[in-house]
Amino acid sequence: MSWLKKAGRWINDRSGLSEMIKPLMNHPVPPESKWAYVFGSATLFCFILQVATGIGLALLYQPSSDKAFQSLQYITYKATLGSTLRGIHYYGATGMIIMAGVHMLRVYITAAYKYPREMSWISGVVLLILTISMGFTGQLLRWDDNGVWSAVVAAEQMGRIPLIGKPLARLLLGGDTLGGQSLSRFFAYHVFLIPSLIFIFVGFHLWLVMRNGISEPTKPGRLIDPRTYRQWYHNMLRQSGVPFWPYAAWRDAVFSSLVIIAIVVVAVVFGPPALTKLPDPSNIITSPRPDWYLLWIYALFALMPPKIESYVMFFGPVLIFFLLFALPFISNKGERSPIKRPWSIIGSAFVVIVVISLLVVGNRASWSPHFKAKAITNFSIPQNDSLALTGMILFQQKACLYCHKINDDGGIVGPDLSHVANRMNEQQMIIRIVNGSQDMPAYGGSLSHDELNRLVAFLKTRQ
Amino acid sequence: MSEEKNINRRKFLGRLSLLAGAIPAAIVSVPIFGALLGPLLQRQKQVWRKVANASDINVGETKLIQYLNADPLPWAGVSAKSAAWLRRVSEEKFIAFSAHCTHLGCPVRWEDKAQLFMCPCHGGVYYKDGTVAAGPPPKPLTQIEVRKNKNDIEIKTAPVPITTITQ
Repeated sequence: MSWLKKAGRWINDRSGLSEMIKPLMNHPVPPESKWAYVFGSATLFCFILQVATGIGLALLYQPSSDKAFQSLQYITYKATLGSTLRGIHYYGATGMIIMAGVHMLRVYITAAYKYPREMSWISGVVLLILTISMGFTGQLLRWDDNGVWSAVVAAEQMGRIPLIGKPLARLLLGGDTLGGQSLSRFFAYHVFLIPSLIFIFVGFHLWLVMRNGISEPTKPGRLIDPRTYRQWYHNMLRQSGVPFWPYAAWRDAVFSSLVIIAIVVVAVVFGPPALTKLPDPSNIITSPRPDWYLLWIYALFALMPPKIESYVMFFGPVLIFFLLFALPFISNKGERSPIKRPWSIIGSAFVVIVVISLLVVGNRASWSPHFKAKAITNFSIPQNDSLALTGMILFQQKACLYCHKINDDGGIVGPDLSHVANRMNEQQMIIRIVNGSQDMPAYGGSLSHDELNRLVAFLKTRQ
Repeated sequence: MSEEKNINRRKFLGRLSLLAGAIPAAIVSVPIFGALLGPLLQRQKQVWRKVANASDINVGETKLIQYLNADPLPWAGVSAKSAAWLRRVSEEKFIAFSAHCTHLGCPVRWEDKAQLFMCPCHGGVYYKDGTVAAGPPPKPLTQIEVRKNKNDIEIKTAPVPITTITQ
């Protein structure tokens, strides 16, 4: 026996390593558990990737309100492969959120949350909340102007929580305003507090996999009966179960490996999100946007009727998470097959479509004034129509162009006015400009009679 | 030792062990929660800051003012700055608005020719007096205290205005 083998035996004898690992590796799993089962482990590997790249970034980062932005510039432009490291951490977050989402949908569609795996679902929902919190606090650690304004927006949303809203908002910012205390807190949450909670809940989630076994692939008509299920599952594994390693693990390994490689490729090709301006809350020329995984919430708040918004901001998340936590208690037995539970497919498709639509709409942000709209040039206005020509200049000066498009430029908050004269007469235009509407300011108080005439003269040429 | 005595002893020792763990945990938690909840326990004192000369701003004009928050920490850097909009209503009267939109706190900008404050986030618009002109904001721009001290215009630093569910 070689000395290497001897050493190995000694270590194993004294440490009991194989006693610990072998049951994990050899535990039997249902034979037909195939590719639908890879998303949970892919989420876990994304998390491990985040921990590893996060440690890498922490070697270079300065968690101090006055220095963090410079250290990010250093990481991005100077540190060896720093930009790639940032990119992997960013797209790793994206990967983790997508994989967690797909994993959750799979569990929902195949009703794997039913008896006896209710706790797996509940701890999974907790992990989802923690993962989103990581995404949010991570965006703040970039500590550019988007970071500071995202913190303010989050504080405002917390402010809508009844009774304790204001103190919570204050707690988030670490004081009355942003400052030296803010980033230290976000750093502590992102690097210590939330990850340690994730470790605890991942441990618990995995323990439950060992204790209750992974759910068997569904079969229409095979119902879950809490009185007999455990015995049935046990017998099924004894008859036809296969060892996890390597018969099920190989798919996890291959898929997770592909996910990680894809994340690295995307990070190298696209690079990390660009750093914007200094974290100076007194620089007001900025258009804060959340990272994509929170963009749908940003869209929701713009689209919602303002009257109900404050309530939705609080009761919406409460209701969603209440329903998620309640799910395994609402139905924990009976049919699992998605073919027999068509509503689970319709419901999942609905959620996916709504979130993707909101992401598309949020990316377009049609409700935001288009501050960069360029001066419109005098096309198709007769040169002798001086009223209309000056009206065109007013159209820009009075900020109309920020919200209304004319031909190629302008915002899309209000209607496109390229051909407004075809649908509105002079009187209607005047009424609208003077009185405004829900989404348009009333210009009656700030336009002179002469200015109004010029504007209308210009709009009348838009046919 | 009788059976009953043994059970009592077992119960007692179990509880003693739990208590022995709980007491130091509770004691140590106090300063940790102190650090976490510090912002709620310590009230920051607001201060007056000079932000402009009265002679630099004409009647009817609205100007951006930038100032340092009250008592910033030495490592706050530029993150301890705040912005507000100062408006001279008449020779003697000045008003100042926090730059935070009352919808979700984004920074509103003043469009001078249009005489409107506009928010880049969700399209909130306010008139020159701070009242809502369009979009989702639930209430007018928050005013902050301003005073004229000879030729100095001073504003009182203020917390980030937080809109609550009851506004």
